[in-house]
Amino acid sequence: MPDDAVQLTIDGVAVSVPKGTLVIEAAKQAGVLVPHYCYHPGLSVAGVCRMCLVEIEKQPKLAIACATQAAEGMVVKTQSEPAKRARTSVLEFLLINHPLDCPICDQAGECELQDFTFQEGRPATRYSPDYAKRFNPVEDFGPDVLYVPNRCILCTRCVRFMEEVAKEPVLNVSERGDRAYIGIHAEARLDHPWAGNVVDLCPVGSLLSKDFLHKARAWELDKTAAVCTGCSQGCNVTLDTRENVVVRVRPRPNLAVNRYFICDHGRMNYRWMNRGDRVEAPLMRRDGELRATDWDEALDRVGTLLRGASGRAVALVSPRVSTEALFLARELLSGLDWMGAFQVVMGEEAPLAGIPNLALRAERAPNAMGAELLGYRRDYAAALAAAESAALVLVLDEPEVAVRTAGALLYIGTVLPEGARGAEAVLPIANVAEEEGTFVNRDGRVQRYLQAKPPPGMARPAWWVLSELLATAQRGDHPATPADAFDLLAATVPAFAGLSYASLGLGGQGLNREVRVPA
Amino acid sequence: MGYPHKPHPQETVVLSKHFGEVEARSYKGWVKRGGYEALKQALTMEPAKITDVVKESGLRGRGGAGFPTGLKWSFMPKEKKKPHYLCVNADESEPGTFKDREIMRWTPHALLEGTAIAAHAIQAEVAYVYIRGEFTEPCAIMEQALGEANAAGVFGKIKIYLHRGAGAYICGEETALMNSIEGKRGNPRIKPPFPAAFGVFGMPTTINNVETLVAVPHILRNGAAWYKGLSLSSPKSTGTKLFSVCGHVQRPGNYEVTMGFPLKDLLYELCGGMPSGRTLKACIPGGSSVPILNREETERCLLDYEGVVEQGSMLGSGGVIVFDDSVDMVYQIMRLARFYAHESCAQCTQCREGTAWTTRILERMLAGQGKPADLDLLLDLSENMTGKTICVLSDSCAAPVVSGIKKFRNEFEAYLAGKKHPVLAA
Repeated sequence: MPDDAVQLTIDGVAVSVPKGTLVIEAAKQAGVLVPHYCYHPGLSVAGVCRMCLVEIEKQPKLAIACATQAAEGMVVKTQSEPAKRARTSVLEFLLINHPLDCPICDQAGECELQDFTFQEGRPATRYSPDYAKRFNPVEDFGPDVLYVPNRCILCTRCVRFMEEVAKEPVLNVSERGDRAYIGIHAEARLDHPWAGNVVDLCPVGSLLSKDFLHKARAWELDKTAAVCTGCSQGCNVTLDTRENVVVRVRPRPNLAVNRYFICDHGRMNYRWMNRGDRVEAPLMRRDGELRATDWDEALDRVGTLLRGASGRAVALVSPRVSTEALFLARELLSGLDWMGAFQVVMGEEAPLAGIPNLALRAERAPNAMGAELLGYRRDYAAALAAAESAALVLVLDEPEVAVRTAGALLYIGTVLPEGARGAEAVLPIANVAEEEGTFVNRDGRVQRYLQAKPPPGMARPAWWVLSELLATAQRGDHPATPADAFDLLAATVPAFAGLSYASLGLGGQGLNREVRVPA
Repeated sequence: MGYPHKPHPQETVVLSKHFGEVEARSYKGWVKRGGYEALKQALTMEPAKITDVVKESGLRGRGGAGFPTGLKWSFMPKEKKKPHYLCVNADESEPGTFKDREIMRWTPHALLEGTAIAAHAIQAEVAYVYIRGEFTEPCAIMEQALGEANAAGVFGKIKIYLHRGAGAYICGEETALMNSIEGKRGNPRIKPPFPAAFGVFGMPTTINNVETLVAVPHILRNGAAWYKGLSLSSPKSTGTKLFSVCGHVQRPGNYEVTMGFPLKDLLYELCGGMPSGRTLKACIPGGSSVPILNREETERCLLDYEGVVEQGSMLGSGGVIVFDDSVDMVYQIMRLARFYAHESCAQCTQCREGTAWTTRILERMLAGQGKPADLDLLLDLSENMTGKTICVLSDSCAAPVVSGIKKFRNEFEAYLAGKKHPVLAA
């Protein structure tokens, strides 16, 4: 046993944790979730909700698991009579001023007050209906945040987030006793670029997202692990879909990247995933016009075109497509004299002050690093110029494109922009929510995202389309799954050496740091 | 006591000797009365030696908890690696308590002297005297005295600051007081860490009550044995204690008696007993936060830390609230609960919601609309509010409710049975 570890028993399960670990965290290792409201691993300990009271042998009083450090030989009981009674009473106290408006509350179904009340609350209140409940009107806190004070249980997570993490202390606890509520600075708005996190942190339906207001019930949502496409930070997110429509983006904890948070830009950056103006069938030029066809014909004709291609080729790619697609596009052109480039939309950087190396990055693209590692260049203008005289121009989902070329234009994308209507062929692909794949963030971390909804019509994931083209054009290996595509990439490109799709897991892995980005 | 009455022969005036003497407020007047001698002596002593003397004297905290003062001082780091601070709790806001106010009003230099000695003993160079916001007169007197003492240069390297509170009861809780000094909301902090490790501004801090510190110069001058010898009873309770008596007695006020003095004698002899024609019903011996004693317990009670505990209450701050037979106990307990509901800092769930709920139940009972289940509910809520929160405010609300129902259940039942005319709770 290392010197800095302590052994303790929680509900009969022996665990060993590093010295200084809080009992509430040690309990997680024992498979025990101690009910709590104010505690959050990303914030300082407040110890105010008193929900995590547990019995610790040889201690005269119940102790809060969130503020008690695990000690050698400690015996913790979360299910003893006194501990259960204490939690039941906290729930009863919390509910006396809480409206039972769950049927119209956005939080219902993912509400910790609801969950723990079902788990161990009293079946009925003893609070007489003669007594008034605290009432305060709904307040508009900021661009996306509403405060419903009646539902507030004063856990102070939002106050602590703004103070410690955002370092813009605009919220406080105002008033005292049961009149208390969350106050906002008289002259301030909750408009910090990361303010939306208070909605996720709120354990009840007190802080609500205006964007999500009454959009869905929690139990109607399907949740998919994904990576935010808002910038090059690569925050881990969950895409919430209702009937195959993305309705919400929430942070997915990853201590190495975004801890528990995402910025508002990323949070709001999902509507395009539900666009209706998609290309839904392969389009081929016939008699001077783009006409819909099926995949067999499209692949056959584009394959023939590629097989016969010679001379200069140019690839204009989006830094928002998967690493696998970028890799396979490169493989497709590898026999030709080719060059590839991408352009990145720039915005303002917005750091989250309390967390090192976490910011909304100026580069608003999730996979610029991936594109760069695969040999695509940032000199987009040069590539556009080269395209004019190229024999073949491949555009991979770059919407800001106005290509003039003497050669053949092959457009592979989710939508068909005006500037690409001169294409020989348009192959419809899935967007990021409709496929799985990987992005490489700015720090060289390769992270997987999963498929949240089906692509529309005949659209297929870009890796599939490119792999099929590799097969019909007879240019080397053509992977059958995204995992195969990634593993082929890892075997081919030195920077990705040693990685495998399976080993990436859902938390991602760092690149082979020995290999530098090609000049 | 000395003010407004002459001391009673049964009093032992040590701290209150100069109450009522206006001249004692000035630096000169205080020096004439032997003031600052103990400080001069202390500044020549090793800090640890002073702590030893105070330990030896058996002095215990006069703010309410009764923690041994010398022991508390000895918790400060021996080797000074960070700045040390002393906080003086002059936020006397416990209902029924008004002893520190009189100490500051009449003998401000006594407090300053005790503060400087304690600061030296714990190697603090800064001391904050946190004065209750409502104490305008004591604060002005303290300011004047501090100015004079600073001009005379008696404190050496020690700097003393006066800090005025803004009227929150909870700021008398030691860690809330520290937050308040730091400019934060006066919320109690989770302990541990204790102030000796992580106090004001995160530095090692000792916090003492006014009356505690005022006793220190006397102990240094007269010796620990003398102070111990003042006790009439338990060797664990030494010296003299100021009791603020209010309510139904002929002569309310502050009385200084030695530890172990009978509460009965305090009420009937020193305070002149009940108003004529009335008899004693109940007494809260240590400020509003301690359990209520009934008549028999009151008359049996000896005033020291152990004696009051023996009767089922606590010595607390020494704020003695006396109720005669005209008093409606249900109403009194509702008033206490309402006070705590108003002053709860809103951090802990049990306290924030429990104090308010308790008050509502009592108010409805007084209005004649109580339910038979209300008494058991009150007791259950009180149990849920005891020993489960950061500080003891919620325990303090529960104490009078539980002891009140236990000892005066018939009065509650009279309301519930409709035998007592409803009163307006407002």
